[in-house]
Amino acid sequence: MKANCWYGKHKLEVKEVPDPKILNPRDAIVKITLTAICGSDLHLYDGFIPTMRHGDILGHEFMGVVVEVGSGVRNLKIGDRVVVPFTISCGSCFSCERKLYSLCENSNPNSWMAEKLWGHSPCGIFGYSHLVGGYAGGQAQYARVPYADVGPLKVPESLTDEQVLFLSDIFPTAYMAAENCNIQPGDTVAIWGCGPVGLLAIRCAYLLGAERVVAIDRVPERLRMAREKGRAETINYEQQSVQGTLREMTGGRGPDSCIDAVGMEAHIQGPLYGYDRVKQALMMETGRPIALREAIMACRNGGTLSVPGVYGGLLDKIPFGSIMNRALTLKTGQTHMQRYMQPLLERIERGEIDPSFVITHRLRLQDAPGAYKTFRDKQDECIKVVLNPN
Amino acid sequence: MDAQADSGNNALKCARGLGWFSIGLGAAELFLPGQLGRLIGVRGHHNLIRAMGVREIAAGIAVLLEKKPVYSLANRVAGDAVDLSLLGAAMASSNSCKGRVGAALGAVAGVTALDVICTMRLGKAAHAISTTATVAVNKTPEECYRFWRDFEKLPQFMEHLQSVHVTGDNRSHWVAKAPAGLTAEWDAELIRDTPERIEWRSLPGADVDNTGSVEFRRAPAGHGTIIKASIEYKLPAGQVGAAVASLFGREPRMQTRSDLKRFKAVIETGEVPTIIGQSSGRHFSRT
Repeated sequence: MKANCWYGKHKLEVKEVPDPKILNPRDAIVKITLTAICGSDLHLYDGFIPTMRHGDILGHEFMGVVVEVGSGVRNLKIGDRVVVPFTISCGSCFSCERKLYSLCENSNPNSWMAEKLWGHSPCGIFGYSHLVGGYAGGQAQYARVPYADVGPLKVPESLTDEQVLFLSDIFPTAYMAAENCNIQPGDTVAIWGCGPVGLLAIRCAYLLGAERVVAIDRVPERLRMAREKGRAETINYEQQSVQGTLREMTGGRGPDSCIDAVGMEAHIQGPLYGYDRVKQALMMETGRPIALREAIMACRNGGTLSVPGVYGGLLDKIPFGSIMNRALTLKTGQTHMQRYMQPLLERIERGEIDPSFVITHRLRLQDAPGAYKTFRDKQDECIKVVLNPN
Repeated sequence: MDAQADSGNNALKCARGLGWFSIGLGAAELFLPGQLGRLIGVRGHHNLIRAMGVREIAAGIAVLLEKKPVYSLANRVAGDAVDLSLLGAAMASSNSCKGRVGAALGAVAGVTALDVICTMRLGKAAHAISTTATVAVNKTPEECYRFWRDFEKLPQFMEHLQSVHVTGDNRSHWVAKAPAGLTAEWDAELIRDTPERIEWRSLPGADVDNTGSVEFRRAPAGHGTIIKASIEYKLPAGQVGAAVASLFGREPRMQTRSDLKRFKAVIETGEVPTIIGQSSGRHFSRT
């Protein structure tokens, strides 16, 4: 089969590789019909996630048709059309029983690596480095799906691939980010980053009862989409003071909750950006937490910070005194996918939301390496790329 | 056993000597790189020689500080290899005095041999490895006990076991995998068998004398079971002992811990998570 493989920073190639095989009784093989590039894949592309190996197959947002099932999988049959969650969960450990699926205690065969870096290990993730299992990803024609009796969600024929594909990651991720804000009637939610997760989080915040949503970015077409498709008020951080504008909008109090949908590769104007860029290049910190710092400082007293943005390791100059003295709540985590997929599918079926509005580029799998660059550099008004592997 | 202890003591003295030698040589390299360079027939490269000096001193201090300096001596062997390859490069270079470089090569090769012998002797004098690890399992203590008590299934999650056969009421025969196709075998007997605790020990004639225990403790408020496993191996000198020691690498605790994590995966999910045998773009030609 063909697969998009990682060969180092900024080096991707679509190669002919062996087809995946069933390795465990609870595995299934899925023939992929549509797959996507996630903003978090760009951290791999830019070389900021350790423990990648040359030849690793990328991709964790995919869907397709079941073509083979292991002897332990009873709820799926050949021909079922499924969306596969990006997290891998066993369904029976302490965490899974408490619906903390992204903290599955069994699915990461390299848990010792994660324990060294983070103290304890989260679940395995498709195509996202050996720290979280080294599982082959879904930017390919086929994928092996472990614990297939727990992960994949069957989807009805009445919905198109594009309508349901984002149940694999960004829609549940945006929803959990909004849910983590503990939104009360009348609340104002500020969202840093108008990439696909940020844009969907705007919609989810309204679905969960927010009164006002303010979106922050610098890319004109993303801010436009936030206004037009999301009904958000927007701040272009290159033209306006973020702190000043948010204060003005909220009578000086600050937003009730703040979402960092940017993560470890944030941008900013001025010397602070250079400072973080240098420290990150020297491996003295693994992220540039510029959006996170801003979100902390902006949030109202007693408010909530929700962080769906990906961070890998150590950050510098986090104003923790602001969190402590102003009693902020910090909520974060990889998404507990199985909690959200079915209810969100129902919201799509009822027509409350169609997450495919974020798609700007429809390409073939072979185009993946170039598409990463276009997406990373935000050329050609690129917001979300989907890839057809056939 | 006395002869073995003597050999260990001599090796330890030899190691301490090598440690002081390292510090002396390192100081000469660090402070007198020019003179030392002339002595070994290499012109220039003063900073490189100084850097080698810092490494020598660090290696020497490590040998002197470690109680049983097997690893720091092994580290010295690696340093010797670097020295030898640099001298080899100097030999090939036109900017050096071949005779002196040759003499230096001979001297370093001699020290390397001493390092290797000393490391091996100290390694052999190792006599016991004990490991303890724990894991939390989402099953009742009774379920965990029953699963573990089925000894013939232990190789499913204990990576270094090849097979276990129950040979009598309280007896079983164990075969462990060792590198280079070797195996270590022993008969074991249960000396305690309750739902809270299993204990066993090997019988006389074992390739590797060992004792072990597994405890199954109920975690509070229905949080399953805390399992604690302790295993002690008494290693014989010689080939099998060295092979068994190498099974545990440098972190025997990690081996036991990963065995317990596999036990947890098998009893909770019915399988051990793996990526061995999956597709990748390694070793395949371009399309």
